[in-house]
Amino acid sequence: MKAVYFAWVRERIGATDEEIFPPETVRTVADLIGWLSAKGENYAYAFENAKTIRAAIDRTHVKHDAAIAGAREIAFFPPMTGG
Amino acid sequence: MGVDRRAHGFPSDARGGKPGTCNVRVQSEPFDVAVESAHLTAGRTDIGAIVTFTGLCRDEGGTLATLELEHYPGMAEEEISRVAQEALDRWPLMGLTAIHRYGKIAPGEPIVLVVTISAHRAAAFAAAEFLMDFLKTRAPFWKKERRVDGSSGDWVAARDDDDAAAERWSEG
Repeated sequence: MKAVYFAWVRERIGATDEEIFPPETVRTVADLIGWLSAKGENYAYAFENAKTIRAAIDRTHVKHDAAIAGAREIAFFPPMTGG
Repeated sequence: MGVDRRAHGFPSDARGGKPGTCNVRVQSEPFDVAVESAHLTAGRTDIGAIVTFTGLCRDEGGTLATLELEHYPGMAEEEISRVAQEALDRWPLMGLTAIHRYGKIAPGEPIVLVVTISAHRAAAFAAAEFLMDFLKTRAPFWKKERRVDGSSGDWVAARDDDDAAAERWSEG
């Protein structure tokens, strides 16, 4: 699946998007945040305060307990500041 | 004097008339409020109220050079459309327009526009406020500040009172 990052999550990770291949044990958004955080210091920094991170699966907002099975694109970003 | 409940912005099943037109755009270029208003009302004589809200870029006491608005292409349009559809379902609107810009925006320039039309003013006022409250908390946009002193500035932090403003629409 494709992971996409925005705003300071993107800056801290140092990438706009990437293909990721999490193991089957990674079942929810929260699991995926934990798995990504272990990939490196930049990821750990981006997700250090996991509760503030928002996620979207295939362009729809989801909560951290959402299942990621079947997702094509998962986005991580800070709380939105548009308007 | 009787009170016309239709004029109080309550949810209504009485849609009546033509289905509401819904224009949602995400763009880098500025927009013209007058042009957008005229477009929404063109050829119609059944509209009693038009409400426009324009959000502008502040200079933050002269310290802000530009705002850079990052967005999630695709989801931005889709999320604004979802919020717009909720407004159309909730109030007897005859139409609405929602435009949100991205990219570099200078102080004084417009960032966001909401236009709502209805037979009576209350629905148009309420729907415009609802749209703005949810655009701020659900549309995937992020503001980064560039300072006049050349420093890159920071990402604008989300405000708790914006969340509270959106929350109140789910009460009751």
